[in-house]
Amino acid sequence: MTPSSSNTSFRWPSDRLLLWLLHGAASIAGAIVILIAAFLILEALPVLRHISPLRFFTDSSWHPAEGLYKLTPMLWGTLLAMAGSVLIATPLGIFSAVFCHYYAPQALARPYRRLIELLAGIPSVVYGFWGLVVLVPLIGEIHPPGPSLLAGILILTIMILPTIALMADASLANVPQHYLRGAAALGLPRGAAIRGVVLPAAKSGLFTGVILETGRAIGETMAILMVCGNVVQTPSSIFDPIRTLTANIALEMAYALGDHRAALFVSGLVLMTMIIALTIAAEWISRGRR
Amino acid sequence: MYRSAEVFWHQIFGSIVAFLLVSFLGAPGSAKAQTATDQLSGKLVITGASTLAPLIAEIGKGFESLYTKVRVDVQTGGSSRGIADARQGLADIGMVSRAMKDEEQDLHAFPVARDGVGIILHKDNPVQTLSDEQIIAIYTGKITNWKDVGGKDAAITVVNKAEGRSTLEVFLHYFKLKNTAVKAQVVIGDNEQGVKTVVGNRNAIGYVSIGTAEYDESQGVPIKLLPTGGVNASTETVRNGTFPISRPLHIVTRTPPVGLAKAFIDYAQSKAVHDTIKQQYFVPLAE
Repeated sequence: MTPSSSNTSFRWPSDRLLLWLLHGAASIAGAIVILIAAFLILEALPVLRHISPLRFFTDSSWHPAEGLYKLTPMLWGTLLAMAGSVLIATPLGIFSAVFCHYYAPQALARPYRRLIELLAGIPSVVYGFWGLVVLVPLIGEIHPPGPSLLAGILILTIMILPTIALMADASLANVPQHYLRGAAALGLPRGAAIRGVVLPAAKSGLFTGVILETGRAIGETMAILMVCGNVVQTPSSIFDPIRTLTANIALEMAYALGDHRAALFVSGLVLMTMIIALTIAAEWISRGRR
Repeated sequence: MYRSAEVFWHQIFGSIVAFLLVSFLGAPGSAKAQTATDQLSGKLVITGASTLAPLIAEIGKGFESLYTKVRVDVQTGGSSRGIADARQGLADIGMVSRAMKDEEQDLHAFPVARDGVGIILHKDNPVQTLSDEQIIAIYTGKITNWKDVGGKDAAITVVNKAEGRSTLEVFLHYFKLKNTAVKAQVVIGDNEQGVKTVVGNRNAIGYVSIGTAEYDESQGVPIKLLPTGGVNASTETVRNGTFPISRPLHIVTRTPPVGLAKAFIDYAQSKAVHDTIKQQYFVPLAE
């Protein structure tokens, strides 16, 4: 960004009007985040006031109707489902983008890209429904009960794959053509050129893609709710059912009152904290690299 | 069809949005029902049990066609919300899908129909009947294999309902269980999700509204309702009161109903709505 304060063109009234409009738009965008955070804290306060925040981690289980509010199993559920799907989707997405860009013939690359874009546009309920009637029974045949962390990871992988694939595709497209030509001139084979020249050059775009897909994996609710089994427990294998923080809110909010309701807002707060931590970590890592 | 999965998700999303809006704006605009001598008009806000909401919405449509100046607004949020909203005056009428509790005697309750909660298995499961003790043992994790109750050698998948649902309350109440004691493999929200889970897993056991299960069974969905306490699970046995896990469905008001609310309650309890009740797979009360 370039500093605009020294720009003389702001003397014109129409520009000043534009400046105010931009100020307004920017402060609205910023205020929304602050308002949401404030709203979450406000709604969570009733329960935080007479229950120590520690109890959300030390209680024996999550049974809000009986006054037990342990959130850690759901925190693990969210983290494991997120980590698993990101670990699978990232290489898959990047490799598919590399294929699409450097190996696929033009006639194949174009429809392939459209397909991935289509994948990104499918509503999450559709993925969830497919998971419930196809994927879950399939996993149930291998290892009952079926609804499990594995089902959640697979569904999430399919859902976040287009995010990373399209981001990787866009950042590969931004790598200047002469880099690749230079590498070819040096006699590097195509694979080595991609590994040694193109991928490092596209690094920051790929990294943004990973952050975006991680955010989507944490936030996904409906599909996860349908395939994960929603049992509140820390899974000991990938065939164990789990409940994520988002599913917890969607599953119980409609029927929650009083402390139960406020405890669900605490789930929301924890989620928000996770997203903030992710953003800070992303900022920190990308700054350290430059 | 009201009871489709799509509608269920839509409902959840709708209630989250509605809930957020309500939280932001304070109370929903519960316009006071105006009482006109000759023609009723105004808006009637009804909130509460999601089990009852589709039925009351249908009855509301019939009521609106009788009194064209009346609008009936039905919102879900569970029996507890129905009680709370009726008490605080946020709603004109609350919907409660269970018997009234002792501490709720301050409200005026009017039964409109009955609903039963039935145990369901996959159609291919050879087990034909389970005693109450066996069901308790299965739900508390003491029996984990079908061969222990006369089935084949396969692990049992226990399907339970999410906290706060009235079906869960009815189920726990009948079997005298605490939710902390239940060892479930799957936790679900809506009846239809329960049916889908059992259909997708031959070794699952779950419980849903009998109306939902009976309808799905008649449509060829591969599930079966188990008898409880020696009584067949059907709308017939729920109606005559012999089926043990059944519940009355109430609408409640804070004060003795007058005007618009009274007219609606009278209509909801009349014979005119019996067909609507049957269409929603509930059981009309015997006269």
